[in-house]
Amino acid sequence: MHNTYIYILIMAAVTLLIRELPITLIQKQIENRFIRSFLYYVPYVTLSVMTFPAIIEATQSPLAGAAALLIGILAAWFGGNLFQVAVACCVTVFVLEIFII
Amino acid sequence: MSEKERRTEIFVKGLKDGLPIGLGYFSVAFSLGIVAIDAGLDAVQGFFASITVIASAGEYAGFLSIAASASYIELALIMFVTNARYMLMACAMSQRFEPGLKMHHRFLMGFTITDEIFAVTIAQPGYLNPWYTYGVSVASVPLWAIGTSIGIIMGDILPVSVVSALSVALYGMFIAVIVPPSRKSRIIAGIVIICFISSYVFSVIPSLEGITAGTRTIILTVLISALAAVLFPVKEESADA
Repeated sequence: MHNTYIYILIMAAVTLLIRELPITLIQKQIENRFIRSFLYYVPYVTLSVMTFPAIIEATQSPLAGAAALLIGILAAWFGGNLFQVAVACCVTVFVLEIFII
Repeated sequence: MSEKERRTEIFVKGLKDGLPIGLGYFSVAFSLGIVAIDAGLDAVQGFFASITVIASAGEYAGFLSIAASASYIELALIMFVTNARYMLMACAMSQRFEPGLKMHHRFLMGFTITDEIFAVTIAQPGYLNPWYTYGVSVASVPLWAIGTSIGIIMGDILPVSVVSALSVALYGMFIAVIVPPSRKSRIIAGIVIICFISSYVFSVIPSLEGITAGTRTIILTVLISALAAVLFPVKEESADA
């Protein structure tokens, strides 16, 4: 029988090390151009990979998720901030699913 | 303006940017709480799990493992794989600190690296200001932990239609981060499109289907970022920006 507190401790400890080792130990500017370029692209790639196709799998209707993606891209393209884009996506799904489901 | 006033101003800006993240977190954490029930966690345990781990995909995978009575080692491996992307994000952040930034600031900023907090932090111009990230974290992380607890206590009380609508809030935030630079740079726009396509292909190819979303994210992030770095190495200035 496993202990729930040990389970939680393991989850927290592993995640802590993953975050803290690089951020506290890498003190110098990395000179290598490849690594610098790699790290420059990482955030955009990670967020893109996580957005699609996950957004169409998150909703009850995939169509509503796809519409939210499109509306979100348009809202961000025309200068919407984080909150406005997020709300636009939620409203799109809510309204569309009234009709679809 | 004094140093303290500037600090307060940037902290408040962080709070403002963090609130929408917190609202998204709350709804996601709520549904996470329902998974935590299967893992046998009570509201207090769920709160502590969420405030120390702060990772949606990681906690989800972790709770499922606990529910399946996984071994401790298996759980540790699953946490590593589902959260390994934070390692890449932490590396990226380490390159944006003002030289000589105190260790406790590095530690505290590292503690709350999540997809969303990283996204808004790294989108700030110039050196990363810890106080901005603190503002974002203070406004969002407690809602993540409280949401988990309430999810555990109340189960599935929200109508499905509301949960479905709220579930895209986090993706909306991701979109708000990746679209503006795509508008400015054709290279980034092309990379985003390639990411969408390859991520989709990965999720439908039968032999690759079994790969979890967390692992898929790691593999594609490393492959595509490396390819982009070889094909389009950034000039010194833009790497700092």
